[in-house]
Amino acid sequence: MNNDKLNLKQITEHFRENSEERRVIVCAGTACVANGALSLIDALVKKITSAGINVKVEAHEEGKRDLRVSKSGCHGFCQMGPLVTIMPENILYTRVKAADADEIVDKTLMKGEIIDHLLFVEPASGKHARGSDEITFYNRQKRTVLKECGHIDPEDIDEYIAHNGYEGARIACVEMKPETVCEEVMTAWLRGRGGGGFPTGRKWQLTLDQPGAKKYVICNADEGDPGAFMDRSVMEGNPHSVIEGMMIAARAIGADEGVIYCRAEYPLAVKRMRKAIEDARKLGILGKNIFDSGFNFDVNVMEGAGAFVCGEETALIASVEGKRGMPSPKPPFPAESGLFGKPTVINNVETLACVPLIIRNGAQWFRSQGTTKSPGTKTFALTGHVANTGLIEVPFGTPLREIIFNIGGGITDDRGKPMPDGFKAVQIGGPSGGCLIDEHLDLALDFDSLLDKGAMVGSGGLVVMNKNTCMVSIARFFMQFTQNESCGKCVLCREGTRQMLSMLDEIMAGTADESTLVNLEKLAHAVARGSLCGLGKTAPNPVLSTLRYFRAEYEAHVFQKRCPAGQCKALATPEINPALCKGCTVCAKKCPVGAISGEVKKPHVIDIEKCIKCGACAAACKFNAITGV
Amino acid sequence: MTSQPHTVMRKFEKVCEIIEKHNNDCSKLIPILQAVQEEYRYLPEDVICYVATALGIPSSQVYGVATFYSHFALKPKGKYVIKICDGTACHVKKSIPILEALLKKLKLTPDNMTTSDMLFTVETVSCLGACGLAPVLVINEEVHGLMTPESTATLIDQIIAREEAK
Repeated sequence: MNNDKLNLKQITEHFRENSEERRVIVCAGTACVANGALSLIDALVKKITSAGINVKVEAHEEGKRDLRVSKSGCHGFCQMGPLVTIMPENILYTRVKAADADEIVDKTLMKGEIIDHLLFVEPASGKHARGSDEITFYNRQKRTVLKECGHIDPEDIDEYIAHNGYEGARIACVEMKPETVCEEVMTAWLRGRGGGGFPTGRKWQLTLDQPGAKKYVICNADEGDPGAFMDRSVMEGNPHSVIEGMMIAARAIGADEGVIYCRAEYPLAVKRMRKAIEDARKLGILGKNIFDSGFNFDVNVMEGAGAFVCGEETALIASVEGKRGMPSPKPPFPAESGLFGKPTVINNVETLACVPLIIRNGAQWFRSQGTTKSPGTKTFALTGHVANTGLIEVPFGTPLREIIFNIGGGITDDRGKPMPDGFKAVQIGGPSGGCLIDEHLDLALDFDSLLDKGAMVGSGGLVVMNKNTCMVSIARFFMQFTQNESCGKCVLCREGTRQMLSMLDEIMAGTADESTLVNLEKLAHAVARGSLCGLGKTAPNPVLSTLRYFRAEYEAHVFQKRCPAGQCKALATPEINPALCKGCTVCAKKCPVGAISGEVKKPHVIDIEKCIKCGACAAACKFNAITGV
Repeated sequence: MTSQPHTVMRKFEKVCEIIEKHNNDCSKLIPILQAVQEEYRYLPEDVICYVATALGIPSSQVYGVATFYSHFALKPKGKYVIKICDGTACHVKKSIPILEALLKKLKLTPDNMTTSDMLFTVETVSCLGACGLAPVLVINEEVHGLMTPESTATLIDQIIAREEAK
């Protein structure tokens, strides 16, 4: 199709005329694919065909059929996958296996019967939920950015267009001037979702004001924060929304070239983004003279090569230029001198995906959600010891309690069983963030409310931890991460994180004394002050925030040589409870070093001198008589 | 080897193709090295030097980039690369016992993560973004979720059995 013929309305009408009302949508996000979604699709198509139903599988098959089987991006309810949605009834089946395909076709598609054992059961009420609207995990969320993820086919550009897709880009190109686009985004007060919270409109205005014909838009899809996968889901589920956001950004600043820098750990997201770009080029949505407005723009995907620090914008630019991904001092800001020295706007995936919604629905609509200073919604990756793990989207200002206990379904133990009083802490913002505890559960979450609590929204990873989690070892985990990922440029970040890590190791090994705690805290502040980029500046946060809220736990390790959560092996004190021990001798047989002795049918004892604290005895004991290991 | 120049040319034919595809542009160094590694499964020293010469940059610069990013390997990897996710979600859901079980089963040490028969390489990665399925591991491109040390051992046994049957 040529540019002059690009007509979104026509595509929408053609799509609607040719689309089937009856649809079977199978989630094909990373998690569902890992659980066998692709073989499930094959089994469904095979069975449907053999039942004599005229089925459409590929998006671009012409003509209307009786039924369409399509893939969708991530729904967010990853733990329950693979997920199958049946339209128009909006029935949601969870944990569907290829073996269930026959039953779905025979009962639901042929006779309209609902298969109870495939429905989601609410853990609290035990009630079967028929569709996503009856599931607490979904119906307490407010989905705008993720709205189309899980419904539309991410590989079908026509379906995106039929859902008002690229309308925002058209308005920005045809009906608005660059200045007015910047103003609209500024009025909406969209703030960077990658962690910084910098107003996007201001960033754009700064870049627009720069002289020069060559400017760039970069989409930061280097989502390295461990425990976060919001951007992956948006790219997998609705890749065109990211491209549209980039087009509007480019229009606003006068750029003609864009780069999506995506981490290589996300092969499916890379594949879908590349396909979306190809399809957009074919329709003339990317290329020359887009919407007949004289605006030229094209995008390419670059895969990262495994460096967390490349999430920092100046490091990312160095990486796109083919160099080691090391940050450089600001100013100059990328808006002044970015990629190849040209003015550059860098926005995160989720931020860009918000942009088309703002242009389409207006700044006031955007401001009607969230809080005054942090309008809009935010996606969070909810993981850890919580019943419903997955991807969620809520307005800014939603309290943690709502997220963890209502949407998340409450705390679980290590085996996934409910643990009603088990809440200990939630780590927010990954290795740059901090932990929040009981007293923060009713705090309205936004960019500003967390700062004085020693935490930050970050990119939106929420890792919930139960009472069996040792906070020192969590702090050590993040310190190990930042230590590995430090690029080595700043001495305090490179050497300081190493020293902090070894101090944490000493604490966990029981060899630390009072001075260790003092030095750890001192060094933490020094690293934060003496580092150039966000990685080093925020690296001490997990240590500082656990010290702030769980100091007693550190002190128990240091002074009493005891790990209250019983997780630090070196500090374990295995004991046999004589009241529970039946003298079955299983533990004595399992012990690899012969540290357990006792007569048959009489309580046994552990020789602490010999014990290597491997935990084999506790795992083998049927009476739960062995504790402390 | 009398026909050395010829062999060298043939050996680097694929590398030449990759570099040409990227217009000999040194800003495309990372995609070039990625494509080269796809071909060789690691970055051999002579290839690093060849790429540097072809792009007209010092080989130290190519080496610098190759060692900065964790995806580039300077040593050959096994046929099956097992990546254990040790992101936060996987970590709190006990990914380390899986790693320990794997090292024990494949007789590997933190200094040597590739088996002597070049069948397996074990690595840890910070996050695969499949946190809903934690703990997760990936064998080549295939994602396996909700793993335990026992199910991991079974998976390895299946691969070994499949390889022996070949």
